[in-house]
Amino acid sequence: MGQHRIILEPGSADKHYWRDLWKFRGLFWFLAWRDILVRYKQTVIGIAWSVLRPVLTLGVMAFIGWLFNSNVPAGVPRLLLVAAATLPWTFFSTAFSEAANSLIANSNLLTKVYFPRLIVPASTIIVCLIDFAISLAIVLVLMLVYRFTPDIHILLLPLFLLLALVTALGSGLLIAALNVKYRDFRYVVPFIVQFGLYVSPIAFTSSDIYTSDRIPEAVKLIYSLNPMVGVIDGFRWCLLGGQPIQAQGFLLSIGISLLMLFVGIRYFRRTEKTFADVI
Amino acid sequence: MSSAIITVEHLSKSYMLRHQRAERYVALRDVITDKARGLFKRSRLAVTKEEFLALNDVSFDVQAGDRVGIIGRNGAGKSTLLKILSRIVAPTKGRITIDGRVASLLEVGTGFHPELSGRENIYLNGSILGMSRAEINAKFDEIVAFSEVERFLDTPVKRYSSGMYVRLAFAVAAHLEPEILIVDEVLAVGDAQFQRKCLGKMEEVSGQGRTILFVSHQMDAVQRLCNKGLLLHQGRLIGSGSMQQVVDQYLSSHASSSATFDFAPPPAESTAAAWASGLRLENQQGQSLNEVPIGGAWQARVLFTVHKRTEGFVIALGVSTLLELPIRTTWSSPQTVEPGNYEAVFLSDGIHLADGQYKLVVGLSAEGRTMQYVDNSAQLTISDVSALDELRIVNTKSGLVINQMQVHLTRIA
Repeated sequence: MGQHRIILEPGSADKHYWRDLWKFRGLFWFLAWRDILVRYKQTVIGIAWSVLRPVLTLGVMAFIGWLFNSNVPAGVPRLLLVAAATLPWTFFSTAFSEAANSLIANSNLLTKVYFPRLIVPASTIIVCLIDFAISLAIVLVLMLVYRFTPDIHILLLPLFLLLALVTALGSGLLIAALNVKYRDFRYVVPFIVQFGLYVSPIAFTSSDIYTSDRIPEAVKLIYSLNPMVGVIDGFRWCLLGGQPIQAQGFLLSIGISLLMLFVGIRYFRRTEKTFADVI
Repeated sequence: MSSAIITVEHLSKSYMLRHQRAERYVALRDVITDKARGLFKRSRLAVTKEEFLALNDVSFDVQAGDRVGIIGRNGAGKSTLLKILSRIVAPTKGRITIDGRVASLLEVGTGFHPELSGRENIYLNGSILGMSRAEINAKFDEIVAFSEVERFLDTPVKRYSSGMYVRLAFAVAAHLEPEILIVDEVLAVGDAQFQRKCLGKMEEVSGQGRTILFVSHQMDAVQRLCNKGLLLHQGRLIGSGSMQQVVDQYLSSHASSSATFDFAPPPAESTAAAWASGLRLENQQGQSLNEVPIGGAWQARVLFTVHKRTEGFVIALGVSTLLELPIRTTWSSPQTVEPGNYEAVFLSDGIHLADGQYKLVVGLSAEGRTMQYVDNSAQLTISDVSALDELRIVNTKSGLVINQMQVHLTRIA
């Protein structure tokens, strides 16, 4: 019986939190499974949405890039250039918004059952990973169409996906926890996503920014603080090759992503115990 | 050496009440404006907050294998206590030690998703309640059989009738196998037959030596299921011991041990044409009676004043259980009354109520319009002292009405 002993006291940090998290991994998968099952229930075209959405986003962003005649590296079709960027961006934006709203969406669970609350936002990201896999398949088909052969760098793609995941989880956890207490953050989420679409190199490339004479250095620095810049540059490098990514900017991206994850988990853990009281 | 499976020491839970706030949640805007205002006026913030103790210095032990019924009126802190023991909310003060795997059932069908089929929801709900996939697989057939929804397993639960929904949800919960089971008022749902089935299942579970903590307003269910009781009142633990003892204490805490009950005077702006001032319980000789012996005759004398001539005047007396279940209502025949002081005497007839406490409800109306309705002032206590000649098996389990039907016993072969 000893291994099940639980001591509940105010303010005491839960020593077994991470062990509990592991114990509840079954629930983690079930919640993800539920979200996948429920996703396209009672829709006409169902799973086709998973294809249609990235294709439409890709089309629009490629059109904007073409309209403003942004630079395209030699030998790379514009559509592929934009596709390599929409891939991680769509993943990040859906994962971030789903995670940020997940606690509110599952408030009935929070007030009726105990489990480490971290499971809820984390499980939503699984659904986004499936969408990501579908989008990746679309990009690979596009590559076939353009007879574009990626080089060995493509093997590093999971690394950059992990970076996107860390960024989405970190920021998602922070906003999810804040959302429980201050519903204002529900309105902040779509704003961040919309804003990010313009300040991330999707319709254009990072070298457009870094090599521009018109853009002041300070703005370039602010631009590089966006962790998704590192992720998108990384995806382009992995899939399309071309000039290697700037180590400095990339390290900055990693640093900021990890910082966000740290802050997100910390704030989440600190407020977690009061979720059921205030939600 | 103590074999306590749950030890609760000086447990308190406080909530901050915010007054003058309509919103359910705090908006950042309010925090900012309040802080800004606070810079100039410190006092305003202090006035709007008030500490509310949902639980106040509660201590108790639960031994392994105990079946503990937690009772108390609404707002006594029962649900808060269960939520803390289930680790859903954190205590403000005190310390709780729990030695065993806990499963809590605070709601039937937590996490059920309307779009998912019955089969899918069994897995989802099971895992939410803490079962592993293997455990659910092993019990799947049993759960389905218990729920009686085999035919609809692949139908989304949003198409279920509410009865089917509840049956399926309870079936999953009933097959949990924790060392400690925490149950909140879930038997209040479903039809009578299913309630019996649930109660039977819980008795079976408790028979296996598991520890159960059970909150309910149904005294009968609590008494059947539990051997120990805890009585909460306004966040404090005011009684503990054997279930029977605690139920008695709970019921007597309602008692006013009086035969005379005064009603609230009419509100200042009232224009009611008639108003009852009070009620007195009496025996047939007109002497006041605090407690009516079981099977004994009684009468209720209601005093009222008519201020202006009223047509179609009716006075009514209702008897209901403390749990608000109406038993019967008696109306006077409509008549025209002139101003003056009146009394109405309601005489009990041959219908005898089982021992216990009942509410008396008084209503005054004219031509169908209610002038006064009093449902929280008068009580009827039927004591377990018998006024009946013959000895009968009489207790609350035999029914609210103790009159017997006729029985004919004949040898037919």
